[in-house]
Amino acid sequence: MLQPPNESVATVFQAASDQTLLVSFGERITRETHDQVRSLLALLQQAPIPGMRNLHPAYCSVLIKFDPLITTHERVEHEVRKRIAGQEVQPAAARDNVEIPVCYGGDFGPDLAPLAESRRLSIDDLIRVHSQAIYTVYFLGFVPGFVYLGTVADTIAAPRLSSPRRRVEAGSVGIAGRQTGIYPCAVPGGWQLIGRTPLTLFQVDREPMSLLAAGDEVRFRPIARDEYDRIKAGT
Amino acid sequence: MIRVDLPGLMTTVQDIGREGFGPLGVSASGAADPIALRIGNRLLGNPEGAAALELTLVGGSFGFETDTWIAITGSDFGAELDGEPVATGVVRQVHEGQSLRMRATQAGARCYLCVSGGIDVPLVLGSASTHVLSALGGFNGRALRKGDTLRTGPCRPPAAKRLDPTIVERLAPRRRLRVTEGLQSDWFTEGSQRAFLETSFEVTEASDRMGLRLKGCVIESVSQAEMITTGVALGAVQVPPGGQPVIVFVEQQTTGGYPVIGNVIAADLASVGQLRPRDRVEFELVSHGAARALVLEQQALLASDQLLLS
Repeated sequence: MLQPPNESVATVFQAASDQTLLVSFGERITRETHDQVRSLLALLQQAPIPGMRNLHPAYCSVLIKFDPLITTHERVEHEVRKRIAGQEVQPAAARDNVEIPVCYGGDFGPDLAPLAESRRLSIDDLIRVHSQAIYTVYFLGFVPGFVYLGTVADTIAAPRLSSPRRRVEAGSVGIAGRQTGIYPCAVPGGWQLIGRTPLTLFQVDREPMSLLAAGDEVRFRPIARDEYDRIKAGT
Repeated sequence: MIRVDLPGLMTTVQDIGREGFGPLGVSASGAADPIALRIGNRLLGNPEGAAALELTLVGGSFGFETDTWIAITGSDFGAELDGEPVATGVVRQVHEGQSLRMRATQAGARCYLCVSGGIDVPLVLGSASTHVLSALGGFNGRALRKGDTLRTGPCRPPAAKRLDPTIVERLAPRRRLRVTEGLQSDWFTEGSQRAFLETSFEVTEASDRMGLRLKGCVIESVSQAEMITTGVALGAVQVPPGGQPVIVFVEQQTTGGYPVIGNVIAADLASVGQLRPRDRVEFELVSHGAARALVLEQQALLASDQLLLS
């Protein structure tokens, strides 16, 4: 169920800059705070605040960018409080279950073998742990269409690389801490790469642009290289 | 049509930016110096946010295949139209067959080549601006190359001939950037918080539209606490583990996890767009109230009738 944000889980308002207000629901990554974030985002998209320019959702917070010529932190906070207070419980938005095929290891996942070794797992076990879990899309951020998924099992959690790669290819699947994510386009990146999906995560001339939306449930399906090539050729 | 004969170091199509798509991870992008873009468009009688060419550090050469008017704003790149100097901040008539040559910048990082009717590229998510990192928008999502041709919007008589020099002076880029307190300012040692405001930092070569990497005294954290990934504000001064600050800029990541020691105020963001590698910057702490007064004052200057001279 999509829970409404409520004042009981202390909502904190902070000026992040002279044109942004950060609305936070605690400091822990939980499904409850995630639902609060999604709910606030939906409220603000359905009933935009005067002068609002952009929204940056994350695990436990939404950053609201506003036009400082039109409004102020105080007025934006007031409008957010009004929307939260006046909100009726919405029906839970339908969540999609999406399967993401992934070709693990090799050139596509250069960190898979070292990570397995450091966690004292076989490569197959690591793939099994990563692909058997069901993940939630917490939010999209960083670059267009990058999905933050959580949470991976402790046994395969992995620190960020101490020195990020200058280029991570589109479709790369990575782990950072207990997060897993998919790079939608070739960008620099510091997550440990374990595989690659042939699917196109983000495309501006497609509807919807992003394959995955916040709240979706995702499972990874291990595929062999020839299936990767076949899917890739078909897209 | 405008033909790219020499593209320059990095020339992109930019307008006022693409707000509203943060929930998809898409940042606003847009002109690095929006003041220069806006006054160039005002001179020509274009909508203020119309698309123009943003040139970076080293200009290029552009052939005009139509009669039109242009205005070059921002930094002085020593522009010449068929060998004749073209000053910044003036409207110039251009005839079909003429060639505009831009050289290296003489001060500042960027200039804008604004054209009557604006640069006409397909809008992506409502904007013509290029997001280079994700290859989104602008001209095929990339910096211009030799041989590209750009369409321009319908030409119209310009609104003015030149800009009021005293107002331009008041809008000039600053090297002392005003910041409001960062959300994690108290994560840093008192000495480092002081050093952030009392010493200067050098802009490094590893700076681009996504962020400006600075070099200076090492800013030390009190704690090694990990931050939860959170929305990042434009102009945030982040401090990654090495202690060297980064100013988050127009092609920013929408979310991030580094602590923020200060945030450049809205009125000074255009100044960030004019910083070059090896320039030195300083930070000055102001209140949110002062920041608001400054942006309102700047807007009044930008919108004033006195800005335009005929």
